[in-house]
Amino acid sequence: MGASQSGPVHMFQDLAYKTGFSIEQIKNLHNRFIYLTQAEDTLRREHLENVSDLALNPIRRQIIEAFFDKRNMGEKEKGCLQEIGFEEFVTVLSFFRPPKPHTVDEEMKNIKKEKLRFLFNMHDTDNDGIITLDEYRRVVEELLSSYEIMGAETAKAITDAAMLEVASVTVGQMGPDEFYEGITFEQFMQILKDVEIETKMNIHFWNLDTRTVQCGK
Amino acid sequence: MYMSPFTFLMCVICIASLGYGANVMAFEPTSTSPSKLPPWSQVEDTDPDPDPGETTQAVFTLNYPRIQIPFEITLWVLLASFAKIGFHVYHKITVWVPESCLLISIGLIVGGIMHSLHEKPPAVLTSNVFFLYMLPPIVLDSGYFMPTRPFFENFGTVLWFAVVGTLWNSIGIGISLFAICQIEVFGVKDITLQENFLFASIISAVEPVAVLTVFEDISVHEQLYIVVFGECLFNDAVTVVLYNLFNHVAALEVVEAGDVFLDIGRFFVVGLGGTIFGALFGFVTAFTTRFTGKVREIEPLIIFLYSYLAYLIAELLDISSIMAIVICALTMKYYVEENVSQRSCTTIRHVIKMVGSVSETLIFFFLGVVTITTEHEWNWGYILFALLFALLWRGLGILVLTQIINPFRTIPFNFKDQFGLAYGGLRGAVSFALAFTLPDSIGRKNLFITGTIVVIIFTVFIQGITIRPLLKLMNVRKTNRNQETINDEIHKRLMEHTVAGIEDLCGQWSHYYWKDKFMKFNNRILRKILIHDNHPESSIVALYKKLELQNAMEVLDQMSGDISAAPSLISLQYVSSTSRPVLLFSEVFETV
Repeated sequence: MGASQSGPVHMFQDLAYKTGFSIEQIKNLHNRFIYLTQAEDTLRREHLENVSDLALNPIRRQIIEAFFDKRNMGEKEKGCLQEIGFEEFVTVLSFFRPPKPHTVDEEMKNIKKEKLRFLFNMHDTDNDGIITLDEYRRVVEELLSSYEIMGAETAKAITDAAMLEVASVTVGQMGPDEFYEGITFEQFMQILKDVEIETKMNIHFWNLDTRTVQCGK
Repeated sequence: MYMSPFTFLMCVICIASLGYGANVMAFEPTSTSPSKLPPWSQVEDTDPDPDPGETTQAVFTLNYPRIQIPFEITLWVLLASFAKIGFHVYHKITVWVPESCLLISIGLIVGGIMHSLHEKPPAVLTSNVFFLYMLPPIVLDSGYFMPTRPFFENFGTVLWFAVVGTLWNSIGIGISLFAICQIEVFGVKDITLQENFLFASIISAVEPVAVLTVFEDISVHEQLYIVVFGECLFNDAVTVVLYNLFNHVAALEVVEAGDVFLDIGRFFVVGLGGTIFGALFGFVTAFTTRFTGKVREIEPLIIFLYSYLAYLIAELLDISSIMAIVICALTMKYYVEENVSQRSCTTIRHVIKMVGSVSETLIFFFLGVVTITTEHEWNWGYILFALLFALLWRGLGILVLTQIINPFRTIPFNFKDQFGLAYGGLRGAVSFALAFTLPDSIGRKNLFITGTIVVIIFTVFIQGITIRPLLKLMNVRKTNRNQETINDEIHKRLMEHTVAGIEDLCGQWSHYYWKDKFMKFNNRILRKILIHDNHPESSIVALYKKLELQNAMEVLDQMSGDISAAPSLISLQYVSSTSRPVLLFSEVFETV
């Protein structure tokens, strides 16, 4: 790291400005990035799959996918990348930055919307802007997969109930022939407006100590 | 409206019988000597022996002394219960005036009546009776119904306010009062520093009941709720420890520095010891309930016995019994509620609530009675300054402590929250009992009792009545949690797992990490040992089942009478018109 100090520092400052992290946090994240990629330049899915703690997480697939999803990079395009650089890594992580104290309400709403967008993208794997019943069911199945349960029937029933809730809240009474297609982003925001995402979906990026944490070697 | 004359009549009958009972006994209790309940032999001694010559058989006899004690206890409890029933007749009253105020008022009235009849209240409120019989139910009630998830999320904050806050209050008030004592004018120069600390520790104990009812009513944010709840619970433990400490220290003639350090060390031993002990008992209880499948009737008994045993043995070992019983309740609740039958679970909850509520009611009631009938020692300066310092130090304490802990919290407390916390610091049952059971060696005991009663009555009445309109006016942060929906639960889980996953990726540890690790340990080891029929269930599935059950019961409730229709017909009638719900409801009815 000693040789090329000025190059990364510039990059860090740009990133800090763009994502809202402090220089210190960016440096820590950079160290972590190097650790994960084992000193390569780009991060691939296999690197993330090597993290041993993540193996026990029921939705690890969605989490890993989120890092390679173009929609999370702030681009208008849809699709997936095969490998990402440090900039994309930090961009995805910036979704989890806690809001600064004394943030105004308008700003809070934007932050909440962005975090909800992240969760929405986790559901909507085919990028069509709607969460269909099947997509929702897949997520529910994964969430329940860490418990020994009765089987796919329960997940199906729960997903049905959840979709019904969304439908009754957002669309109201439907006619006998109408078919509920799926949850759009506006409806998603509406049903989750009570969950305090902006305060709960945060990580305090303080004590990143890459030296003491093992990484599935 | 028909209730009130009846209640009034019953109250009069109760008081009359108590008066009669007191007369027959010719009993003059003194509130200073730790008396046991009077032995029956004392009564028999005062009765003249019947003349052996006369052996006429009386047709109708009245043997009051035999049943006296249980009878009086029952009447007192009944009187307090009638008071509670009476309050809720006029619903508006309980909205504006907390129940503790009403109970104290009734106590004052009864005390007034007894005073005018020149009777004294029975001296049952001794140290032993309070600490061994009345306090455990109150604490068990609080511990058992503590919402565990918010509690563990705010664990640090709660402990911070409870322990450091109480220490701050006690020491601050103690020192300020000692300074006041030095002023000749007030005439209280004889109160030593240790005695001042003792008094200060008594009046720093806060009481949650009234405040929590108000908080629930106006749906205050659960962060505030849990901090107040937790603080009150743990500061009981801290206060009792401090009280014993200062009591012991007050008795010493000379205090050396070494003693002080030993005491501080002892404080930690007592606290931690109680916690570990309680956890141990909690696990033992859970383990026992694993085998009670065939003897469901004694399940509630096991729970109560173990909790009480934890309390008593902690008292034996002189470690914090309150911490022991609270931690015992917290640890065992999760496993026990899976092992016992539904009925036992309901019984346990009801009995705990009932006994805790009775205990609390009795203490407030006694407070009212004792206020009138006891000999007070009044000292304008000391008492008013005590009140002032109590309020001042609490406010300051909350302010300072919040500033220190806010950076560590995900949701920092703003000024309105702090005001709610500080203003919600009502004193109550525990303070009163601790003051009342002070040993006689304290010279100014009556002054302390009077001071405590003044502080309690002021906070309960003035703060208790005004806190509701004030909080509403200030528009304190309300809770967002209106109704549990499946979507909320699913996404909460999703969010937690996502954050935990990202933290793993970043090599970051926070409370999600610990929670995750504990849940894995729990599922793999603890549940297998402690639970009878181990089916670990996701909270999403549990919530789904609960909501479906509620739905089904609502549908059944709507049909009053004609339940003869087949399930599929029911679902067609009462359901919205999309195709999916019909499927859902008929599935439910077929499986239920």
